[in-house]
Amino acid sequence: MKTSLSWLREFVELPAGLTAQELDDALTNAGMEVESIVDQAATVTGDLVVGRVLTIEELTGFKKPIRFTTVDVGRAEPQEIVCGARNFSEGDLVPVILPGGELPGGFKIGARKTYGRNSNGMICSAAELGLSGDHDGIIVLSPGAAKPGDDARPVVGLADVLVEVEITPDRGYEMSLRGLARELSYAFDAAYTDPASIVTAPGGTAEVPYEVKLEDTVGCDRFSARVVRGIDPNASSPLWMQQRLVAAGIRTISLPVDITNYLMLELGQPMHVFDLNRLSGGLVVRRARPGEKLTTLDGVARVLDAEDMVICDDTGPISLAAVMGGETSEWQPGTVDVLLEAAHWDPVMVGRTARRHKLFSEAAKRWERGVDPQLTLVALERAVQILTGHAGGTADERVLDLDHVIAPAPIALDPALPARRIGLAYDTEQVTALLSQVGCTVTGVSPLEVTPPTWRPDLQAPIDLVEEVARLGGYNDIPSLLPPARGGSGITPQQRRRRTVGRALAENGYVEVLSYPFVAPAAADQLGYPADDPRRSAVRLTNPLSEQEPLLRTSLLPTLLGTLKRNLGRGHRDLALFETGTVFLPRLAQAAPPAMGVDRRPTGDEWDAANAIVPDQPWHLAVALTGDAEPAGWWGAGRPASWADAVEAVRIALSAAGVTPDRISVSAAELAPWHPGRCAAIAVDDAVVGHAGELHPAVVSAYELPKRTSVAELDLDALPLPPVTQARRISSFPPALIDVALIVGRDVPAAAVQQTLAGGAGELLESVSLFDLYESDQLGEDKKSLAYKLTFRAPDRTLTTEETLSARDAAVAAVSARYGATLRGA
Amino acid sequence: MSYRNDPYDPKQAALLDPAALEAAVDDARKAFDAASDLDELAALKSVHLGDRGPVSLARREIGSLPPAAKSDAGKRVNLARQSVQGAYDSRQAELEIERAARVLVEERVDVTLPWDRRPRGARHPLTTLMEHMGDLFAGMGYDIVEGPELELEWANFDALNIGPDNAVRGSMDTFYVDLPGLVMRTHTSPGQVRTMLTRQPPIYVVSPGRAYRSDELDATHSPVFHQIEGLVVDEGITMAHLRGTLDHFAKAMFGPDARTRWRPHYFPFTEPSAEFDVWFAQHRDGPRWVEWGGCGMVNPKVLVAAGIDPERYSGFAFGMGVERTLMFRNGVSDMRDMVEGDVRFTANFGMEV
Repeated sequence: MKTSLSWLREFVELPAGLTAQELDDALTNAGMEVESIVDQAATVTGDLVVGRVLTIEELTGFKKPIRFTTVDVGRAEPQEIVCGARNFSEGDLVPVILPGGELPGGFKIGARKTYGRNSNGMICSAAELGLSGDHDGIIVLSPGAAKPGDDARPVVGLADVLVEVEITPDRGYEMSLRGLARELSYAFDAAYTDPASIVTAPGGTAEVPYEVKLEDTVGCDRFSARVVRGIDPNASSPLWMQQRLVAAGIRTISLPVDITNYLMLELGQPMHVFDLNRLSGGLVVRRARPGEKLTTLDGVARVLDAEDMVICDDTGPISLAAVMGGETSEWQPGTVDVLLEAAHWDPVMVGRTARRHKLFSEAAKRWERGVDPQLTLVALERAVQILTGHAGGTADERVLDLDHVIAPAPIALDPALPARRIGLAYDTEQVTALLSQVGCTVTGVSPLEVTPPTWRPDLQAPIDLVEEVARLGGYNDIPSLLPPARGGSGITPQQRRRRTVGRALAENGYVEVLSYPFVAPAAADQLGYPADDPRRSAVRLTNPLSEQEPLLRTSLLPTLLGTLKRNLGRGHRDLALFETGTVFLPRLAQAAPPAMGVDRRPTGDEWDAANAIVPDQPWHLAVALTGDAEPAGWWGAGRPASWADAVEAVRIALSAAGVTPDRISVSAAELAPWHPGRCAAIAVDDAVVGHAGELHPAVVSAYELPKRTSVAELDLDALPLPPVTQARRISSFPPALIDVALIVGRDVPAAAVQQTLAGGAGELLESVSLFDLYESDQLGEDKKSLAYKLTFRAPDRTLTTEETLSARDAAVAAVSARYGATLRGA
Repeated sequence: MSYRNDPYDPKQAALLDPAALEAAVDDARKAFDAASDLDELAALKSVHLGDRGPVSLARREIGSLPPAAKSDAGKRVNLARQSVQGAYDSRQAELEIERAARVLVEERVDVTLPWDRRPRGARHPLTTLMEHMGDLFAGMGYDIVEGPELELEWANFDALNIGPDNAVRGSMDTFYVDLPGLVMRTHTSPGQVRTMLTRQPPIYVVSPGRAYRSDELDATHSPVFHQIEGLVVDEGITMAHLRGTLDHFAKAMFGPDARTRWRPHYFPFTEPSAEFDVWFAQHRDGPRWVEWGGCGMVNPKVLVAAGIDPERYSGFAFGMGVERTLMFRNGVSDMRDMVEGDVRFTANFGMEV
């Protein structure tokens, strides 16, 4: 909503020295967002003065006619000015900007030579002064409006302050001078004049000026109309009206149309003007029939919906009610007899129609937010008065008023409720006074019977009245008080796990990224998913931002690889990234959830059924590595990141999640998008929770990634929560260390050998670690040597050599039995 | 060769002469003092303290003395021996101290050499900030609740009094999916709806997390963003409690000077509703009010839809953008930096925000 301060002052007696900041604060505290407050006088700087044209010399020989003028600007010598406009004569008063001045848009005025003459300034058009965009030619002031040398700003209408505010969707009444002035009157405790009370409107008459049938009183609960005949079709809108429309950002069109727009701004009542002679037969107000067509004023042929309301004559729909008129019935140049319509439409219907047809007209914006249903006759009377005052004509005495408006119902308000909800002691007198101030009628004692004013359809429940009390009483007067503490249970184990895992990875060199979960359908192929891979089944956005990426990820990897690529593109070479986030796994059955109302809590069955269709959205962890995991430096060469880092990342995460190594098993796996020979499945308590390793070369190539890029992905939600950890008894006796080197087949996994070794060693084994891996055919064909360091220790004694050797022999025997291992060097 | 019973021969006892012994001690001390390191000193040890050293040789001559002179000569030899040994020991101690000091000098390294062989990682500042915020409320007795990002339309809209005709339900604002009745949640409030359906008041929860709106990515908007929202439902809750909670939160986030300023606003799920600004003294462009979030008293309609008696209980709710908070609190000027995942942006924050 845009308007000017001078117009507001017509209805509210604002303080004379009101500053922009005071105005801003008042509007803000009333609940409006102030977009701008612009002092127009400051938009043109320097000398903008009134000048009288003394001489005009027509210059010829140029592409267009040019005038060389001398203008009296109240100085000793006339000003020489070259001008391209031709709509003025010698003796006319015109606005002149002198050298040194600046016009809106940063257009600086200087003295210059042009078309062979000196030009010291410029004679201005309304467009150049930022007053309108439509006018041709310069502004010619009325004779005697001012004398040469006077400041031209007040004369041309550049002395106002323009205010633009954004209105919340519940307060339609603020989309008018009437409502804005009323709000400002509270803030400044200033006298207020309701523009709806300026005229006394005649009521509806038994005989109507035009036949109208109202068929749907839900879509339209009031329809009023007046007729004026014989207006001067050439009468133009007065300058003050044009200026106010332009200030509001509304184009001026013609006197009758401008009047309806002007009154819409002033009162908040949208209106429509029909050419009486272009209507054929009586009007019918009804719902559209499905498929009916109407070409609206914007020239668009529209197919109507059964929910749209239309005004029809014998030819069919002539207006898309409340939203936009039609081409065939609208005022047009030459119209002399008009039908002025002011109605009241259902806000829900208008909102749907506006969205359906993408027609967010000024009228639709007001209807959707709610319009006072008691304005139609006042608006029509004002329109008739202004129209006949400027264009003559005769108003038909008859008034059409089909009124089905239901008066606002009183709300029972416990007078103590405002204090109870706001936390500030409002007594009954204050509550009554504040609610009366916003226009409510308050009767009764306890409860108070509060009838909202007709322009406040948003006031429906006691809590709405509480808000008005709080708002007018002042939000910033509300005290600041912490509620009493209640026992909380802290963050959940799952939340703590995500944090610990994130910290552990960051401490191990991984940088966290948060990528969008949107992926391209092609990603499934790029990652090499088999045709029946469940990860291909993804939820699809019906209105994605990018048509290329309509799917919700079923794995973190495609989006993480995208981020990896972006970093590579920016010149980073050594990268270790991680992300924790949700993936979206659709259910097999895809039913609609049960319809659940809002007047009660859903039943347990309804709620369960509804949640049964919500896709599973587990938290995953993914890492991606490329380049060096440990950089080269003065100490020597770096160490390239590999499949092993990816596997270790999962172990780091599992350890941080409280999963002890004895519960983790790693085994070779084949799964896209990993390299089939370099992919590990990681299981906890024998349930696979993730995979890690090097990307398949085809995936590396599809994503154009560096060779050997390695990744891991882990389902964090599949991990068991850590149990209460039991303390371990620490032996103070010395350890016995023994190394063993075992020769086994190359295809025997080291993890399996180690597990068997540990199992065979018995309870005296404290730890086992692989310290050497050696592959050579000298060991035997396809053999390898695994060298382990075994640490034995007893809780209660120093082990003897015999005990230690016997435990070692048992360990080796177990591996020999299972994998045919032989002791190297034995 | 001399034997115990040999007659005394002064010539044979020349080394026992007091002057000779004194000279031997003197020689030894000088030699030891001249030794420049422990090796040299060790080499001199046998010369002066060994079996062939002057004092040892003198000791041998004692046997050639008459019995009456033996005692005196023995004492003198012992004294000389102790002096030489003392000279040796003190020189050795000196040299050991010198050597220890020299080793320390020789072992000097350039401690400014880098040793970043294991690069450090970093956590995303949005994650850290959400944890920071969550911890603050956990400390005040709130629980941290979550919910699905792909959410029931009922929980995201209807239950929050966002009716079927509300414009935010249009595809201009909300992402819809090819499954009926589901949307990408447009705020984290449905997590609060879920909480109200699963537990009875008193309810004190915050829900940090991801939300989605179909805005194009630019410097100040992102279709995927993070919010933290709070909900309290209890007996006797007032707007004053809301204000107190927000002021406390503001101080914890922005320092002791922080406070909030409210502007009346409209949200379907709260009534009365407000948007609030925070006074941020450390703003990089100078102290100022900064728009921070929205809040209000839970609309009784929302309580009814969750099966909570609005006569008995009242509540407040608030919410703010985590990206927005990070932007002004930490001086991030472009939203895109937070979503593009450039490691330089995140690494700058390390483990804290």
